[in-house]
Amino acid sequence: MNRVRAVILRRLVGAVAVLAIVIVGGFFLLEAAPGDAVDAYVVSTGGDAGMIEELRKAWGLDRSPLARFGLYVWSLAQLDLGRSVTFSRPVLNVVLERLPNTLLLMGSATALSFSLGSLLGILAGSRPGSFRDRLLSIGSLALYAVPGFWLGLVLTVLFSVQLRWFPVSGIETIASGKQGLDRALDIGRHLVLPVASLGLIYLALYLRVMRAGMAEAWRMDFVLAARARGLPRRRIVIGHVARNALLPLVTMLGLQSAAMLGGSVVIESLFSVPGLGRLAQEAVAGRDTPLLLGIILVSAVLVVLINLAVDILYAVLDPRVGAGEAA
Amino acid sequence: MTLRRFLHSPEALAGAAIVSALAVMALVAPLLFPADPLSIAGRPLTPPFQDWSLPLGTDRLGRDVLAGLFHGARTSLAVGLAAASAAIVAGSLVGTAAGFASGLTDDVLMRITDAFQTVPGFLLALAFVSVAGPSLATVVGAIALGAWTGPARIARAEILSIRERDFVAGARIVGMHPVEIALREVLPNALPPVLALSSVIVAGAILIEASLSFLGLGDPNRVTWGGMIAEGRAVLRSAPFLSIIPGIALVLSVLGVYLVSEGVVEASATRRSLS
Repeated sequence: MNRVRAVILRRLVGAVAVLAIVIVGGFFLLEAAPGDAVDAYVVSTGGDAGMIEELRKAWGLDRSPLARFGLYVWSLAQLDLGRSVTFSRPVLNVVLERLPNTLLLMGSATALSFSLGSLLGILAGSRPGSFRDRLLSIGSLALYAVPGFWLGLVLTVLFSVQLRWFPVSGIETIASGKQGLDRALDIGRHLVLPVASLGLIYLALYLRVMRAGMAEAWRMDFVLAARARGLPRRRIVIGHVARNALLPLVTMLGLQSAAMLGGSVVIESLFSVPGLGRLAQEAVAGRDTPLLLGIILVSAVLVVLINLAVDILYAVLDPRVGAGEAA
Repeated sequence: MTLRRFLHSPEALAGAAIVSALAVMALVAPLLFPADPLSIAGRPLTPPFQDWSLPLGTDRLGRDVLAGLFHGARTSLAVGLAAASAAIVAGSLVGTAAGFASGLTDDVLMRITDAFQTVPGFLLALAFVSVAGPSLATVVGAIALGAWTGPARIARAEILSIRERDFVAGARIVGMHPVEIALREVLPNALPPVLALSSVIVAGAILIEASLSFLGLGDPNRVTWGGMIAEGRAVLRSAPFLSIIPGIALVLSVLGVYLVSEGVVEASATRRSLS
């Protein structure tokens, strides 16, 4: 496992550098925004002008920008992301409260787009250039052109307003008193439309990567050999062609995570799912820059962690990765 | 040859037709609908195909949906093109600088690119618009902020491969200034692959602009398709057409841009494999 450890080490160094840059960028954002932490605190708790000056001194906000940056980094190191104006609470608490819902939404949407996308990709790639392939390729492109929030609205009109199958918004029935399995089913019913709106759009990417990989694999010698041996077509498609096209899909998982986090802002706002994305929209509406910055930092950490996990998975699956470094 | 292959693909032709229609709509909007599209044109909530002076009906405030559609095409196209141009110019410059400088500068620039790709682009756009205030220019800037990384990476990779070629070595021997070599010899040769990315960026920009407008963060003085969809949401049960019509326009436009881009890539790829 020396090889995998080398990959992890290299990625960790890169991740630290990236997060440092994000923090510097976040500081600039905080400086550019109107008002500072004291204004936010006074707005949320009430206070007079004399107290404002005192607080500014106590919090070091009257010092030079460089000193303020030092203080900012120091508080981040202590996991203090500042105070939310709209919630009058520490940013980290608010963000962590909302994170599980977003993870549930993103995880389900990723599972949907990955499984359905690769399955349709196999259908398209099993006969490249066929009518079925062209139809699936165009169809997926059309789906990728749909804005998530509009797909959500159309699904709402169809399945909530017309058919009344699924609830219009929220993550669970309020004050229903449901417990255990009942509650899980209730949350599941609420999540069907948001997950479909978010997952169906990214399905196209997995389909296209799968299809492209398969189209390439068909030209490889080992596939030719398998055909020459007279293996049934079905076995060639699954065991030889699709299998070799699967690896790039793993990379897509990592690349997609940032886009999906962004997409969840609109979807969560549309379906009133109390997650990180809706929180971002609330932060913008309430001019709550510390909260918005906290969400950005936590999202960046999340994307870094997901990509790290994907890199490790990739190194485990593909023995060629990092082989040179460990030797 | 490339053009002929492009014209032989029905998908590419369909895409070109859609994009041309979009461009025409954007151009003739002020001629066909000279009145402010945000002003009241008729009875509120007129359904489509009832009143022939208002073919697609009116919204909650009695504004002409068709006029909104035409003027919205203008906003979408303008934002898409402006954001993509800004992203490509900025990305090419960063990529060129990184590719030429190598060493520490390259490392730092590429780490910054990594960082921008780590933060979800839409969150970045939200943050930028919320600090700078919603206007057409800030929306363009916000979208470009999340879109320049792709062109930067490709430009850098191209530069790295071109800078070692003979004609660059020749220019160096002749005594050209490094900046002149970068801008006159290398960059023009590195640009085509970067430009190939432009239509995908335009499509992405149109979608992000629509999402921002849907959340109420677009330019409040302009009609946008995203804003129209958000408007219609309030009467989704009684008048779903108000949200559905601008959505179809959005999907068609973005799909058209994608199809054109596919067609161009495919046509030039076949040419390369033939030569």
